[in-house]
Formats: sequence, C-alpha cells, structure tokens
Amino acid sequence: MSKIIQVGMADMKIARPPDKLMTAGLGSCIGICIIDKSLKIASLAHIMLPSIVQAKNPQNRAKFADSAVDMVVEEMQKQGASVSRLQAKIAGGAQMFKFSGDNDIMKIGVRNAQAVEEALKKYNIKLLASDTGGNHGRTITFDPETGDLLVRTIGHGERVL
Amino acid sequence: MADNFNELSSIQLDALKEIGNIGAGNAATALAQMVNSKIDMDVPQVSILPFEDVADLIGGAESHVVGIYLNVSGSAPLSILFILPIDKACLLADMLIGKELYSTNPEELSDMDISAMMELGNIISATYLNSLAMFTQLSFSPSVPALGMDMAGAIIDAILAQFGQIADHVLLLETQFKKEDVDVVGHFFLLPEPESLSVILSALGVNF
Repeated sequence: MSKIIQVGMADMKIARPPDKLMTAGLGSCIGICIIDKSLKIASLAHIMLPSIVQAKNPQNRAKFADSAVDMVVEEMQKQGASVSRLQAKIAGGAQMFKFSGDNDIMKIGVRNAQAVEEALKKYNIKLLASDTGGNHGRTITFDPETGDLLVRTIGHGERVL
Repeated sequence: MADNFNELSSIQLDALKEIGNIGAGNAATALAQMVNSKIDMDVPQVSILPFEDVADLIGGAESHVVGIYLNVSGSAPLSILFILPIDKACLLADMLIGKELYSTNPEELSDMDISAMMELGNIISATYLNSLAMFTQLSFSPSVPALGMDMAGAIIDAILAQFGQIADHVLLLETQFKKEDVDVVGHFFLLPEPESLSVILSALGVNF
C-alpha cells in the first residue's frame, strides 16, 4: 500500500517509493523537493522564511530555507544518499496579497525563493525545475519513484514539473 | 507578562472577548446602515490557536477561501485577517449588495462584490479596533484592506510568515452574520506583533 505523507508548515519528511510526499496550500512558503534518483529517496521541506540567522526561536530548522536545506542534506545522507547526486525541484513563493505600497514583508515569497536557490547552490544541488512567484497558492505532490512534482492550483491549472 | 496568547489567563481572555462583543455591536450597526437592512452580527467564540490548526478550522489548507488582511500600526502594532469560505463570501456579498441570496457564483465575482467584501473587512476591523482603542486609550491605524482569494493554507502562510519568527499562536474571534435567517460564519483573527499583546493587556489593566 502506498501512502501519501503529509508535510505540514515548517516541517520536513523523507519518503521512498511507493509512498509520496505532499504539502497543501503553499502561499509565500516554499516546498523544497530533493531527490537522490539512483536510490529513490526523496524529501520535502515546507519552509516559511528565508533565514534562521535572525530567528528568535531557532529550534525548528525546517522553518527556514537555509537551515532546512542543511537539515535535508544531513538526513538524506543518513539514509545513504550522496550529496553529489541530489537534485531539486521547488514550488511556492507567491505573493498572496497586493498592496499599493512597497512592503518587504509582503515580498517574503520572492525572498524565500532566492534564499532556497542560494542554499541549494551551497551544496551544488542542481535545481531541475521551479514554479515560484505569481499570486496564487499551490498544493504539491512529489513522487520518489519518478521524481515528478505535481503542482495543483485553484484557477491556475495543474502541471507536472 | 504575556508574550504569547497561550499564556493568557481567563480574565485576560474575557477582556479581549468583551471588546469583541462591543465591537460586533458597533459593526452590526455600521453594516445595517451600509446595506439598508438589518444584519445581525455576534461574536460567539474567542479562542487561542496554534498556527497549524488555523487552516483546519476553515476546512483545510486546500479549501477555497476569501481572506481580507489589514496591517495595523500604532503603539501596539498588529495584523487582522478576516477569512471565510468562498461560498459564504458570495452569500455575504449578496447580503451586502442586496442581491438575491445565493445568486453570486464564486467563479464570477464582480469588482463590486470584491469591493463589498473589502469594505466589510474594513468595517469589522475598524469597529473592533475602535472598541479596543476606547478601552485601552491606545491609537490604532489600519491600512487599506488587501484581499486574497485562494487556498486557505496559502492565504494564511503569507500572513503567518511575519509572525513565524516570534509567535506560535493567534487569537481568533468567530463572528457570525445573519440576514433573513441565513447564517454566515466568518473568522476574524487578531495577530499582535511581539510586545503588542503586553501593551494592550497593560492598558486594559489585566496584565497579571
């Protein structure tokens, strides 16, 4: 029996086939999907903020882009994955509310996407595909068997990365 | 000092609830004037919730909702989010604009419908803030409302990202609107920035 493993906000999970990983309702948050295709080990982290550096409560590493990627790399290595084989797909980082003035907080989605890309570069993890930005939410499902990332939206269609 | 909602005493919670009740009374009056017909509104519940439960309350992270967000500045900065399922939002738009109930379709919301919902967010927020200001003698200046229509999880996480650095809980006031025996339940969230909660409770004289 295959399971769909739910990943909550500021959470990270690892799965192998036939299980799949899923996170619902990504807004400015980003779902970072990382896979070692030769071993078919996949992870999904649902991050909220760009960096753990200024955080008051740094306990939860899965909440921040930089620390979440560190955590994923460590955990995947424990499962036997090799950093050099890791590949990534990301989705999310939307701007859900439009304000007339420029507000940094409202641009959190863009900053999240940049932070994730930088964190991936640090480990030379290749970013195979990304679906970020825009102003709509996303629900994503990541399949460790194929490495396919299914992105669903309300009113903006469905696609496979 | 209460830095987080989950540390509030029942007296403190009651104080916040009472403000909600008075605010709701004022809001009902304002709404009735706006739509030129009687709309009942009450605040049946006040609760404290961890972030991760917020989406479940409105039907799960994937449910289609309308969210109206206001940023409030002043000596106790906070954010307000008014959120309700899309079908209920349509019903509310019908009530507000005076159309036949159930005539608005979620796929074809007009600018007028959206504008009515934003105005509603404005009124509810302003009346709550007014009664809060009256009791605390603090001043609050709300921003223009921003409206989002999408998955509940997506709407919420954009707001929670601001608080993710500091807090884990939000204060929820459940509000209920009623016209001609049709109920619409909306969720009104108050999210104070760090230290704001203490400032508010001190001003209310219940900071113990």
